[in-house]
Amino acid sequence: MKFYSQDRVPVLEALQKFKTMRVVPFDVPGHKRGRGNPELTEFLGQKCLDVDVNSMKMLDNLCHPVSVIREAEQLAADAFGAAHAFFMVGGTTSAVQAMVLTACKRGDKIILPRNVHRSVINAMILCGAVPVYVNPQMDHSLGISLGMRLEEVRDAIRENPEAKAIFINNPTYYGICSNIEAIAALAHAHGMLLLADEAHGTHFYFSDRLPKAAMHVGADMSAVSMHKSGGSLTQSSLLLIGPQVHAGYVHQIINLTQTTSGSYLLMASLDISRRNLAIRGSETFDKVIDLVEYARQEINAIGDYYAYSQELINGDSIFDFDITKLSIFTRSIGLAGIEVYDILRDEYDIQTEFGDIANLLAYVSIGDRPKDIERLVSALMEIRRNYRKNQSGMLRAEYINPQVACGPQQAFYAPKCSLPLAETTGRVCSEFVMCYPPGIPILAPGELITEEILDYIRYAKKKGCSMTGPEDMDIKRLNVVEGKV
Amino acid sequence: MELWFTEKHTPNVNFSIKVDRQLYCSKSEFQRIDIFESKEFGRFLTLDGYMMLTEKDEFIYHEMITHVPMCVNPDAKRVLVIGGGDGGTVRELLRYTTIESVDLVEIDALVVEACREYLPQTAGCLGDPRIHIYYEDGLKFIRHCENEYDLIIVDSTDPFGPGEGLFTREFYGNCYKALKETGIMVNQHESPFYQEDAYAMQRAHKRIVESFPISRVYQAHIPTYPSGHWLFGFASKKHHPVRGVDWARWNSLGLKTRYYNTQLHAGSFALPNYVEEMMRDVE
Repeated sequence: MKFYSQDRVPVLEALQKFKTMRVVPFDVPGHKRGRGNPELTEFLGQKCLDVDVNSMKMLDNLCHPVSVIREAEQLAADAFGAAHAFFMVGGTTSAVQAMVLTACKRGDKIILPRNVHRSVINAMILCGAVPVYVNPQMDHSLGISLGMRLEEVRDAIRENPEAKAIFINNPTYYGICSNIEAIAALAHAHGMLLLADEAHGTHFYFSDRLPKAAMHVGADMSAVSMHKSGGSLTQSSLLLIGPQVHAGYVHQIINLTQTTSGSYLLMASLDISRRNLAIRGSETFDKVIDLVEYARQEINAIGDYYAYSQELINGDSIFDFDITKLSIFTRSIGLAGIEVYDILRDEYDIQTEFGDIANLLAYVSIGDRPKDIERLVSALMEIRRNYRKNQSGMLRAEYINPQVACGPQQAFYAPKCSLPLAETTGRVCSEFVMCYPPGIPILAPGELITEEILDYIRYAKKKGCSMTGPEDMDIKRLNVVEGKV
Repeated sequence: MELWFTEKHTPNVNFSIKVDRQLYCSKSEFQRIDIFESKEFGRFLTLDGYMMLTEKDEFIYHEMITHVPMCVNPDAKRVLVIGGGDGGTVRELLRYTTIESVDLVEIDALVVEACREYLPQTAGCLGDPRIHIYYEDGLKFIRHCENEYDLIIVDSTDPFGPGEGLFTREFYGNCYKALKETGIMVNQHESPFYQEDAYAMQRAHKRIVESFPISRVYQAHIPTYPSGHWLFGFASKKHHPVRGVDWARWNSLGLKTRYYNTQLHAGSFALPNYVEEMMRDVE
């Protein structure tokens, strides 16, 4: 293989060369460089439509990359310190699913914290793997779930020595990291793979001021959302693998579900973003860190709000904290995070990432400017002045230990019936219930429904969380498995 | 040779002034600053290519943004000006000997420097001991003020560019907080005529209405601004901009003005029907 330096962008270069050749298209897409759809061209711009093209010899093929895509993937692997990298065009969801599908077959166990993204459990519905949940510890004052404690992972391994893999969030949505290095060592000592969901950790690879990146400490596979902190287009992502995982097999797994018409807009955006990260990632994230540190300091100076950071670190369930995350505890002004989220959007034209029942997450990245931070801080100050309430009657989030009655696949495909919410206590749920974002299930298929869970669902609905998952879009009914499981 | 300055008032409308020579050009951290000399309008200042003021018609803008609130509340002693690094608004304020201090918060120090050198007509007053200049983001500055000012004048650029944060609810809300209980806020309120400006105008109005109990809009005729028809916002905690105003008191001050007078003040709050309708849509 040729050696390329990180300032090269093979996919972009191929597209640029392709444009100069003025090839006559008698292939798909049918818009033919936009000519067939002038309204779309007007909206997106000619430049965009010019490169919305299909796989062809000079542009390689995502399903079977042998030239420019392969080179771009190799550069990405080098930049992230992985043995191999795959360009993914179906979001990090597809990368997460490829990890689970690679590691597990029907009936295989996988050890994971309950606060995983729904894509992980979706993958288990597809392949029939069975979850072994490790209690992610809870910070009771903040109401957020944390990382996995090493001791609990060890216990789970002892009780389930046949498990195939351990799955870890690095970090969680809120920026919390487990001791991934030790957990990786533990996994390997017991012949298990370590799979990392780094949807919120792309930047870890490019700064020494941030928590450790999975592939740098021995993880076997990692799903990296380049489109979050990496700056690429929505839906583009990377799957990284280490030397112990067979790249050819992973490729087959990816091709089970990935499109055969990979978008060159997405791939070019991955290529360009990887170059930017490799060349100037470190200084970029220095700037992001400075912005967030400033915001945190200003927000904490307002009073009541708590924008937390590294002071939470406890050596175990909060082994490390991602200081680029601006998570703000809002219950102290008498408002749920989701209420602040709604006020910011409706009254202040500020869209934040999400609010849960006690916290707000403002996503700060590469593209933010100091004046935008001033707006956020000022708006939070105004919300405190105008909307502050008494805290009484606010629910404190508790970790609800899921009672897994059967695997997600079995529950999902089992004969089921629909019941009004109130009548579902004691039944086994056959679908997901979650707030989106963050997309972490409150209930997953195969879990027992309890009164405590229903209370939480009602409270989150009342506070205005956007609830998704069930067939019944209003979440007044739930599908449950018929009879006993 | 012909040298012309052209500003696009819309993608389909150009506004041009024949330029005699360029006096100044620089790029600050925030924007590009140019000062030109012209036969028709004298010297003029542009930021990122947008007209800010000309020596010929700046009196209209600066008199209207200042004397209207000062006539409503001649007892204002502590005044805050946000933006306005050209000095024109401050110049008008300083004519009131009763004003004790003027805080000027301008984000771009280079604008002040350039104006002091090339636009003495407006910036000549900036050395006055009653003025304190802060080179800071207006939104950040105001956040830290509570119950401090009698009058806040928002002399900003357009809501695209560095002035963006000054057209937001969080800004107006913080202004409310920074004002005393009889406080008044006046702002540059864009134009109702061209679509883009009109949207900005409506949005600003909506946000002010939400933040202040009294919120009215008044107009002036400014030849070098898009469409020439320009609006100002008058927001206040207590004072109505016309009802109960002591016109005689202002007239007794004997200030000589070229555009402003108390009759025009009262009349400027009477708006064309289409503008009234746009306001009502967001109230």
